[in-house]
Amino acid sequence: MGVIGQIGQWFDQRLQLAAPIRDAAEHPVPRNTASWFYVFGSAALTVFLLQLVTGILLALIYVPSASEAWSSLQALNHDVTLGWFIRAMHGWGSNFMVAIVLIHMVQVFLFGAYKFPRELTWIVGVFLLLMTLGMAFSGQVLRFDQDAYWGLGIGASIASRVPIAGPIIVKLMLGGPIIAGATLSRFFALHVFVIPGMLIGFVCLHLLMVLKLGINEWPMPGRLVKRATYENEYHQLTRKDGAPFVPYAVWKDLFFAAFILLAVAACALYFGPFGPTGRPDPTIIQTAPKPDYFFLWLYGLLSYLPPSMETPALLIGPVVVIAFLVLLPFLSGEGEKSWRRRPIAVLTVLLIAIILGTLTHLAGYTPWSPHMNAWSGDPVPEQFLHGRTALERQGALVFQVKQCRNCHSLGDLGGQRGPALGSVAVRLTQDQLIRQVIQGGGNMPAYGKNLSPAETTALVAFLETLHPRGQAPARDAARDLALGEDKNQRQGAQR
Amino acid sequence: MSDENRISRRALFMKLGVLFNGLVATALTIPIVRFLLSSVTRGRASAYLSWVPLGRISEFPEGETRLATFRNPHVMPTDGKTVDTACWVRRVEGEQFQVFAINCAHLGCPVRWFPQSGLFMCPCHGGAYYRDGSRASGPPERGLFEYPYKVQDGMVTIQAGELPTPGSPTASLFGNKAPCGARNELVSIESKLSASSETNALLRKTKTWA
Repeated sequence: MGVIGQIGQWFDQRLQLAAPIRDAAEHPVPRNTASWFYVFGSAALTVFLLQLVTGILLALIYVPSASEAWSSLQALNHDVTLGWFIRAMHGWGSNFMVAIVLIHMVQVFLFGAYKFPRELTWIVGVFLLLMTLGMAFSGQVLRFDQDAYWGLGIGASIASRVPIAGPIIVKLMLGGPIIAGATLSRFFALHVFVIPGMLIGFVCLHLLMVLKLGINEWPMPGRLVKRATYENEYHQLTRKDGAPFVPYAVWKDLFFAAFILLAVAACALYFGPFGPTGRPDPTIIQTAPKPDYFFLWLYGLLSYLPPSMETPALLIGPVVVIAFLVLLPFLSGEGEKSWRRRPIAVLTVLLIAIILGTLTHLAGYTPWSPHMNAWSGDPVPEQFLHGRTALERQGALVFQVKQCRNCHSLGDLGGQRGPALGSVAVRLTQDQLIRQVIQGGGNMPAYGKNLSPAETTALVAFLETLHPRGQAPARDAARDLALGEDKNQRQGAQR
Repeated sequence: MSDENRISRRALFMKLGVLFNGLVATALTIPIVRFLLSSVTRGRASAYLSWVPLGRISEFPEGETRLATFRNPHVMPTDGKTVDTACWVRRVEGEQFQVFAINCAHLGCPVRWFPQSGLFMCPCHGGAYYRDGSRASGPPERGLFEYPYKVQDGMVTIQAGELPTPGSPTASLFGNKAPCGARNELVSIESKLSASSETNALLRKTKTWA
C-alpha cells in the first residue's frame, strides 16, 4: 500500500466515512434515470455552491451600511482587481439559480416525482424555492441603489396592507419608521446568515431523502403508483434494471454542472455586473424603479389588477399558491406519473409559463406607465401638422404642453397608458371628444379644471383632424339635424 | 409504590435538567424577543413624530406646488442619505397648505408634479392624482398621503417621521381625508365636474347634443 493509501486509512479509521460515502455513491439507480432530464437538481446545487463562494468573496469588500454600501459596490466595480467579475458572477449566478430551481421543479412535477413516497422531498423543495426567491429579493436590497430603495418601499407598501398587523410588520421589516441604515443591516443579516443557513440545512435534508428513497424512476404511461406496492416495485426495478449512480449516471450531472458554471462565467464576462444604479438618495425623484428580472412579472401584475382586487390578491394569492404547492402530494399522491397521461398538469404548467412570460415581457417596456418626458421630448409627426389651420396647430401645442402625450402616442411615439390617438377622430365625434377631455373617465383624469375653454376648443379641433387619409371622421348625424346645419354647409365652414 | 411507577434517581435528574434548561431558555427569550421587537416598541415616537421645518412661507408662492426636502428627525449614524426625504408642498392660499408625501399611495414610488396639466404622475404603475392630491386614475385606491403641517414664525413645518404606506397608522390619521378632508372631497368633485362657467356651457351643449 502506498503512502497515500496509508494516510487515507489513518483518517478513515478515525472518521469512518469511507463506507457510507461508497454506499451513497454506488447506490443503484434505475438505468433510464441516467438522462439529461435528471441533471437540474445537481445543477441547482452547483450554482448554490458558486453563490456561497462568490458571496463570501464579495463580503470581503462590501460594507452593509446605508452610508457606505453604494460606494463599496463602486469600489468593487472599479477599484478592486476583478471585483466587477465576482459581482457579475454572483448576480448572474442568482439569475441562473432561480431559473434552474424553477426548471427542476417543473421537471419533478411533470415526471410525477412528488408522489408517494417522495412527498416530503417535494415539500422541502417548495421551501427551498421560497428561500431562493428570498435570497434573490434580499440580494437586490444589498445592491443598495435607487431600485433597492424604492423596491423596499414597494415591499413595505405591500406588507402594510396586512390587516391589523400591517404596521408592525412594516416596522419589523424596515427596522424603524423609515427605510434607513437599520433596514439594510437586517437584510444583510437575512441574506448572509439566516436564509443561507436555512438553505444549507434544507438542501442536506432534500439530498438525504433523495438518497434514502432513491431517485424517481422514469415514468411509464400506465404504471400507476400505489402506496401498498410502490416501494417493492421500485426495489425490484433497481435490482433487475439498476446501475450504480457513480459512474453510470453521474457523468451527465458533472458535464451539465460544468456547462452551467461556464455559462454563468460567460454571461458575467459579456454582460458584466448588475448596477448599482443611482445613489440611494430619496430626494432624487427622477427615477423609475424596477425590480430584478425574476420579480418583473409581479411588477406587471400589480399594474393590471383592479384597485379593489389588489389587496386581497396580494395577501391571499401567495397563501393559496404556497398552500397548493405544499398540499399537492397529498391531493394526488398516487396514480399516474407520466406527463403523457396528465393533460391537466401539462396545461397548468403551460398556462403558468405563458402568464409569467407575458407579464415579464410587458414589464420590460411598461405600457402602463406614463412616459414622463414624452410631452417635451417627442416631436409631433409632420403628417399631423401639414396643412392644418392655426387653431388646429394651437391644439397640437395644447396636446403637448398639457402632457397628453405622456399617456397617448402619436405616430408610435409617446406613452401607451391610454389609447394611441393617430386615428381618434374615426372613433369619437366632436362632442364625445369634448366630454372625454373635460370629464375624463375610463382611467383618464378629468382635464376640465386645467384647460381653458379656448384651449379645449383648440385641442378638440386638433384631435378631430386625427384620422387616416381617405377615412372620414366620426360624425353625429343627429346633431346636424338638431342644429339645423346642412352637411355641405358644415363641411364648407370647416374648410 | 410499585416498581413500575418508581422514578429512578437518574431519570429524575434528567427531567430536572430538562426543566432547568426550559426555565433558562424562557428567561433568555424575553430579552431576545424584546430586542427583535425594538423597532416596533422603541420609545422614540416623540422623536420621529416631532415637527420638521420645510422652509420659509415666502419660498412657496400661492397657488403653486413646489418640491421641498427635509431630514428625518430621527437619525442613526449609518443612515447616510436615506434620512433625507422629499415632499410636494402646495400653497393653496395665505397660510393654507397641503403637504403631500412623495410616495405614491399605490406602492410608494416617487410621484412627479406636472404643473401644466395639474397632475401628479407615478412612474411605476401609472397612478395619477389631481393638484389637491385626490386620485385621478390608475391603480391607487386613494389620494396622496398628506403630512400634518403648521405655519410657525413664518416657517412651514410638518410632522413626517414615518414612511407613509397604505396601511400605516399615519396614513389613516393624516391621509387626505383629514385634516382638510371635507374640503378636499369637495374640491375633487368640483375638479371633475366644473372648471369655469364657460367650460360648463360647453359641456351642457355637448349633453344636449348627446
